[in-house]
Amino acid sequence: MSDAPKIPQTEPRYSATFDKNTASEIRRAAATGIYDIRGAGAKRKLPHFDDLLFLGASISRYPLEGYREKCGTDVILGNRFAKKPIHLKTPVTIAGMSFGALSGPAKEALGRGASAVGTSTTTGDGGMTPEERGQSSILVYQYLPSRYGMNPDDLRKADAIEVVIGQGAKPGGGGMLLGQKISDRVAKMRCLPKGVDQRSACRHPDWTGPDDLEIKIAEIREITDWEKPIYVKVGATRPYFDVALAVKAGADVVVLDGMQGGTAATQEVFIEHVGIPILAAIRPAVQALQDLGMHRKVQLIVSGGIRNGADVAKALALGADAVAIGTAALIALGDNDPHLEEEYNKLGTTAGAYDDWHEGKDPAGITTQDPELMKRLDPVKAGRRLANYLSVLTMEAQVIARACGKSHLHNLEPEDLVALTLEASAMAKVPLAGTNWIPGVSQF
Amino acid sequence: MEAVTFDLEKTPLREVNQYLHSDAAELDGKTVTITNPGGTHNIAVGLKADVDVVIDGHAGYYAAGMNQVANVVIEGSAGTGVAENMMSGRVHVKGFASNAAGATAQGGLLVIDGDAGLRCGISMKGVDIVVGGSVGSFSAFMAQAGNLVILGDAGEALGDSLYEARIFVRGNIQSLGADCEVKPMDEEARQILVKLLKESGHADVDPDSFTLLGSARTLYNFHVDNAGAY
Ligand SMILES: Cc1cc2nc3c(=O)[nH]c(=O)nc-3n(C[C@H](O)[C@H](O)[C@H](O)COP(=O)(O)O)c2cc1C
Repeated sequence: MSDAPKIPQTEPRYSATFDKNTASEIRRAAATGIYDIRGAGAKRKLPHFDDLLFLGASISRYPLEGYREKCGTDVILGNRFAKKPIHLKTPVTIAGMSFGALSGPAKEALGRGASAVGTSTTTGDGGMTPEERGQSSILVYQYLPSRYGMNPDDLRKADAIEVVIGQGAKPGGGGMLLGQKISDRVAKMRCLPKGVDQRSACRHPDWTGPDDLEIKIAEIREITDWEKPIYVKVGATRPYFDVALAVKAGADVVVLDGMQGGTAATQEVFIEHVGIPILAAIRPAVQALQDLGMHRKVQLIVSGGIRNGADVAKALALGADAVAIGTAALIALGDNDPHLEEEYNKLGTTAGAYDDWHEGKDPAGITTQDPELMKRLDPVKAGRRLANYLSVLTMEAQVIARACGKSHLHNLEPEDLVALTLEASAMAKVPLAGTNWIPGVSQF
Repeated sequence: MEAVTFDLEKTPLREVNQYLHSDAAELDGKTVTITNPGGTHNIAVGLKADVDVVIDGHAGYYAAGMNQVANVVIEGSAGTGVAENMMSGRVHVKGFASNAAGATAQGGLLVIDGDAGLRCGISMKGVDIVVGGSVGSFSAFMAQAGNLVILGDAGEALGDSLYEARIFVRGNIQSLGADCEVKPMDEEARQILVKLLKESGHADVDPDSFTLLGSARTLYNFHVDNAGAY
């Protein structure tokens, strides 16, 4: 035995660079030889709407009386060329999510919830289902590179058509639906053998550049007798140019999806490393519309991480006409609910983190094609929850707008906002709180 | 048979297409001739009635796009995406067709007497396409279902990432795409070929002079050892 003094031990220290999650991904990759595929959007912390604040009214501005004085929320989409523009009661729409990725009952629930509050839902890769058309009073039909299930009868049945160029979670990437989810019905709608790992193309098969897009949009207008608004959806990458080109190509509405935007199944590396946050994309997009004299004439719908009425109000204040939600709508339906914790544990995950949507084992019955799991989602009750949530988003946005003295959500403006961080200030082009400083725009 | 003529130099395309979208009662059994097409895009798109349409000259992009039931003849050549996403009916191009002819089409018959450009039959989902001449590179890329008959030669990467479509080629093939392979001509395929040759005006061509290609189905499920092919 020695009496040598005990040397204090340093606590074991994890590397910030090689943290637990990173190391576990290296081990997974080494074991399988294939990249990680998952659903949902970017999970890392990004500059976002939380980094902005509203100033509210003061001596120099007066507010509107809550509940008493009107604060409009409606929005008209597609009145540039379409004979039948869309009129929504709230500027919160349901983003395109494919049947295939989502179950029939989930699509039905989205339709029920949206219709109850007077807003639209959107189809997705894989075509239009009777569940969704039946329940959605306003349905936007996506025109995607894969053209799975695309047909002129459904085009004529749609209330608007959305030409999808890209998506925030994977700008420049195609779709993926793994074999587990290619049920008989999904296979038939997509004209594929059952059980294949389906790849959706990343480029449209019959056009390439913006000049072609203009002809393509004209074709869809001709087929539908110029009745329906035509949206163009892009992932946020070079928003100024993409929006300008979409407008030039004849879009009625531009949909801009930031990198936080959800996906049904994409490579993790793609989700986390390609594209820019929606906060950074809105101002350049609005600038493009303004430079073309088209702001509020071609409407802008933004998405990617919209969670509450404050996010809605901030997006509109930065110049958007409406927003779209995907992930939040699924949570409202019942996705990742803690009451299913035991079942999430069996799948090796935990409520709130479950994102292996491509495996089709969703215990909530939403991102699955398994007939037994699907039955767990009651489309009427889930639709009700979504309607409630959409109403809350709208009311919350109104609370903020009234506090800023606005009689319509669309009267919110960048001048109502300040930023908490330098990044957010530079991206959203609103001053750092308490200063007049906007990096890149004005001097400190 | 009643005949109607539109001169595209005098009547705007929108009016012509609108007329072609009239009720079946108005159109059924009629022949509509479109003169002076001059390469206009989107002629006769979205038809859904049993009508004969003759485009008397060259058509631009997407002629007869999304066609249902109708019988469209293009006397000249056709631009990109002729008969794209056709559902049924018949489209006949007497001249050449540009890129992406018959792209994503789900049914009906597309006949091209001349050559077709790049990506002929890309993502086709059930259509039958007969090309009298040759096809450009990347034809039948990700083709899911239907039959592509090529009387001439094929360019590079024919049938790349093919699903369940059949490709019949009579001439030379520059190269096959990933997962596309030569298949023995079984009786079912031979009969399909004979029927398509007949319907496209090539009854005299010997079906035994064709090679049948289909999917090797090795890319149907992701596997690390196929990474190079993705
Ligand atoms: C399950 C799921 C499926 C999706 N499928 C599609 C699709 O088929 N087409 C498309 O354009 N976007 C698709 N998206 C993206 C959404 O349309 C939208 O851009 C995104 O969800 C918005 O961001 P958020 O999820 O943060 O609200 C999907 C998203 C999810 C979560």
